[in-house]
Amino acid sequence: MDLDVVELSRLQFAMTAMYHFLFVPLTLGLSILVAIMETVYVMTSRPIWRQMTKFWGTLFGINFVLGVATGITMEFQFGMNWSYYSHYVGDIFGAPLAVEGLMAFFLEATFVGLFFFGWDKLSRRGHLTVTWLVALGSNFSALWILIANGWMQNPVGSVFNPMSMRMEMTSFYDVVFNEVAQAKFVHTVSAGYVTAAVFVLGVSAWYLLKNRHVELARRSIAVAASFGLASALSVVVLGDESGYSVTHSQKMKLAAIEAMWETEPAPAAFTAFGFPDQEARETHYAIHIPYAMGLIGTRSLTHEIPGIKELVEDAETRIRSGLIAYEALMQIRSEREAAPEAVKARFEDHGADLGFALLLKRYVDDPLQATDEEISLAANDTVPTVWPLFWAFRIMVALGFGFIAVMAYFFYVASFRNMTFPRPALMLAVIMIPAPWIAAELGWFVAEFGRQPWTVDGVLPTALSVSHLSITQVALTLAGFVALYSTLFLIEMGLMIKYIRKGPYLDMPISGNRPDAPTSEPTPGRTSGLQPAE
Amino acid sequence: MILHELIDFETLRVIWWLLLGVLLIGFALTDGFDMGVGALLPFVAKTDLERRVAINTIGPVWEGNQVWFILGGGAIFAAWPPLYAVSFSGFYLAMFLILAALILRPVGFKYRSKRDSARWRQGWDWALFVGGAVPALVFGVAVGNVLQGVPFRLTEDLMPLYEGSFFGLLNPFALLTGLTSLAMLVMHGGAWLSLKADGAVAARARIYGSYGAAGSIAGFVLAGLWLAIGLDGYALAGPNVTDGPSNPLLSEVMHGGSWLAAYADRPWIAIAPVLGLAGAALTYLGLKAGREVSTLLASKLAIFGMISTVGLTMFPFILPSTIDPRSSLTVWDSSSSHLTLFVMLVATVIFMPLILAYTAWVYKVLWGKVTEDSVKNNEETVY
Ligand code: HDD
Ligand code: HEM
Ligand code: HEM
Repeated sequence: MDLDVVELSRLQFAMTAMYHFLFVPLTLGLSILVAIMETVYVMTSRPIWRQMTKFWGTLFGINFVLGVATGITMEFQFGMNWSYYSHYVGDIFGAPLAVEGLMAFFLEATFVGLFFFGWDKLSRRGHLTVTWLVALGSNFSALWILIANGWMQNPVGSVFNPMSMRMEMTSFYDVVFNEVAQAKFVHTVSAGYVTAAVFVLGVSAWYLLKNRHVELARRSIAVAASFGLASALSVVVLGDESGYSVTHSQKMKLAAIEAMWETEPAPAAFTAFGFPDQEARETHYAIHIPYAMGLIGTRSLTHEIPGIKELVEDAETRIRSGLIAYEALMQIRSEREAAPEAVKARFEDHGADLGFALLLKRYVDDPLQATDEEISLAANDTVPTVWPLFWAFRIMVALGFGFIAVMAYFFYVASFRNMTFPRPALMLAVIMIPAPWIAAELGWFVAEFGRQPWTVDGVLPTALSVSHLSITQVALTLAGFVALYSTLFLIEMGLMIKYIRKGPYLDMPISGNRPDAPTSEPTPGRTSGLQPAE
Repeated sequence: MILHELIDFETLRVIWWLLLGVLLIGFALTDGFDMGVGALLPFVAKTDLERRVAINTIGPVWEGNQVWFILGGGAIFAAWPPLYAVSFSGFYLAMFLILAALILRPVGFKYRSKRDSARWRQGWDWALFVGGAVPALVFGVAVGNVLQGVPFRLTEDLMPLYEGSFFGLLNPFALLTGLTSLAMLVMHGGAWLSLKADGAVAARARIYGSYGAAGSIAGFVLAGLWLAIGLDGYALAGPNVTDGPSNPLLSEVMHGGSWLAAYADRPWIAIAPVLGLAGAALTYLGLKAGREVSTLLASKLAIFGMISTVGLTMFPFILPSTIDPRSSLTVWDSSSSHLTLFVMLVATVIFMPLILAYTAWVYKVLWGKVTEDSVKNNEETVY
């Protein structure tokens, strides 16, 4: 096995996925915010809300299209770079991906064209419906992709089939209602809502600082702050839900996030600060908050949370059990139906640990030849590198509480203080624009890096999942993606800034003194626009 | 769950083989004209306004059309995992080319008219041309390679090993099928533009579209002759188990004989190439005569016939292997499990009619020609 190809493939996947996720959260949240603004427009007929819808809609479009472009890479990358993975779990993993296409992508992509081109061709209600369908489509897409990703974290509803040498689905219901997937969905989607709220808030604050487009900015802040406060609260509450589900399904990840080297008597303490030391297996300068971890992780005072050292011992036991399964599998594979019942029974008993035996493939071609030393090396491999997880998680959490504070403040001033924002608060809102992206990327880092060395937890090691490609091939595409993506990023940022500076365009003049007066707007004619000019 | 046994495994496999065809054809029929318009862009439009007319004929719909491609990928992953694993890792660099081209395309549509600079727009016009022409060509090259067989092997663990090179893909037969596919989509793009654009753009589109129609007829016939005399086919050897586990190594395959033997076994499949040729001929005539709606329909018929020809000729093979025929993927040994195929079928039966219905509605809303005036009057909303 070529470890460099593994590393490069990981790097390429991480880079393209995290890049995709630069655009995803804004799409998720802004689609809803725009739909809310348009709803207000349809209900009140005030042209300013139409202008807001169109303005934020333009920014939505600039962002959306890169989400689409980079999503194409994601869809095909599994086959290109992770071909053994694709064979091994495609039976389960492919299904939510395909349903995502059927249920979500078609919906959002078909109607997004009408969102931009349909203003003059649809009635107001018709257009509003289209906008909501786009928002619905992108949120459905998050649901299905996170069901797929949740399955990699907690592979339920499936079993290994020796005849086809892969995992096969036993219950679609279990895959869809996987508790990890559900927790991920709500957490990630609310993260997207926070992102959009912070974005709208920040851009509007900038307008207020410059004293431009004041009417649009104030209304946008009102929408963003209330939507943002609700989302920021739910991201934290539901983040706790994610933590809770990780306690069940991925004990090692949790222990690593917490830098819990030893199993502590329940209820465990939460380490708020410290410097984890992988070699010495201890955390220097740790500051503990008593009981907190036990409460967060298990919601009880009596359940123990296992520490890293104990989990490594468990892993070693499971590797040895996996070797029994592996040996039985080899016999079943060569004798097929004729294999003795006793062998099949042995595979049944130990099959759940097969993945652990595969961890040895990093060291030996035939796991059955592994020495004790190699087994203990492989058991050690199940510990991800602790310090980046420890810190990434804490920064995400801190930002989460920060968003609640800022959103609560703006909500308060918008609702009860007549929108008189002091300049420092507005500046803070502008500076804060990148923060949700940082939190979301760190969140993915925690979720994915914390799963190492597995691609599918306990089932398939990362090192085995890759395609048989040469280093040159992977390096070439990696360089290609870096070049392409960096260029596109610069172009996108340039356009975003251009259109933010330009501000809303006045397709519908708003009278100077009474900006709020409901006007009797002419019903959109069905003959203007991109209509035949016969 | 017993429900899925309502439909037996063998039938489900055939249904999913058909659905694979439906998706590929759906992709070629819809996104096909987007790619055709991209490939035609430098030829049918001379001024910026003309280019905007051409681009705005597909502006509101290319996004939805592209999902046929994405769903194709997802459905292959879900229903034919070994095919997904072997082909995309095998055609690695070719896939990268397609991805790069397809990434440029959405961005090109959306960003091109967002700045006034001529250089900016020229750059994106290139991106749109590449995003149309390159995938159209590479898809055809891939089909040519699939017909010849691909140099891959499966280990006992079913890990795919690919032993070919990128330049090996660019052999004469594959280049012929690549050009045929490009010609086919140019024909389709021409038929679309003649319906949706007007004036000079539509007039030029009719000319280039008819070149495309003639080219695809010539390429298709040549490729057929080549199959008849110059290319070995594949056949199953030994007992044919159609509902066994999905493990290609359990079956025996023989490399030799001719693909065209299929026409002796199942003479009715000859209808596919006949429809393909007739459709292309009708498109040619329709473009010359300046008919619009019926020409687009004829062009769809041509694409339907030509793509079905490939599938029906190869059945039950999906991806044959040159270096280890036993590893070849067939309908009977490279599908997902019985349960997954069933669940996915249920999802398809629910959502596909909905998709077709709302897509049709969107096209209806957008019905009518895009003209230079309509572009000028909607500066802020159109591309
Ligand atoms: C939590 C949400 C989320 C996550 C984790 C991912 N995506 Fe995504 N994806 C979206 C949420 C999303 C979205 C919000 O729905 C996008 C962003 C912009 C857009 O058009 O839709 C999208 C677009 C998008 C597209 C283009 C769809 C179109 O043409 O409309 C594809 C093919 C993918 N994604 C595929 C993937 C794959 C294979 C992923 C994982 C490996 C993935 N995405 C992670
Ligand atoms: C549902 C969607 C996703 C799936 C199925 C998925 C799956 C994977 C796979 C197969 C790998 C490579 C194997 C590995 O190294 O673990 C990986 C790595 C990674 N992914 Fe995800 N991923 C998804 C979404 C994302 C997103 C959206 C991000 C970030 C924004 C992300 C962040 C990462 C990171 C940082 C790695 C590298 C971890 C490492 O190799 O150390 N993932 N993921
Ligand atoms: C107190 C606040 C928060 C807590 C307790 C929390 C908790 C968590 C946990 C435990 C995970 C890992 C789940 C896994 O490994 O599968 C996670 C992942 C993630 N977090 Fe947070 N989080 C918080 C705030 C935030 C904020 C503010 C954002 C972004 C705006 C965010 C975005 C994400 C994302 C995108 C992921 C990856 C997807 C997932 O695994 O759900 N989180 N979070």
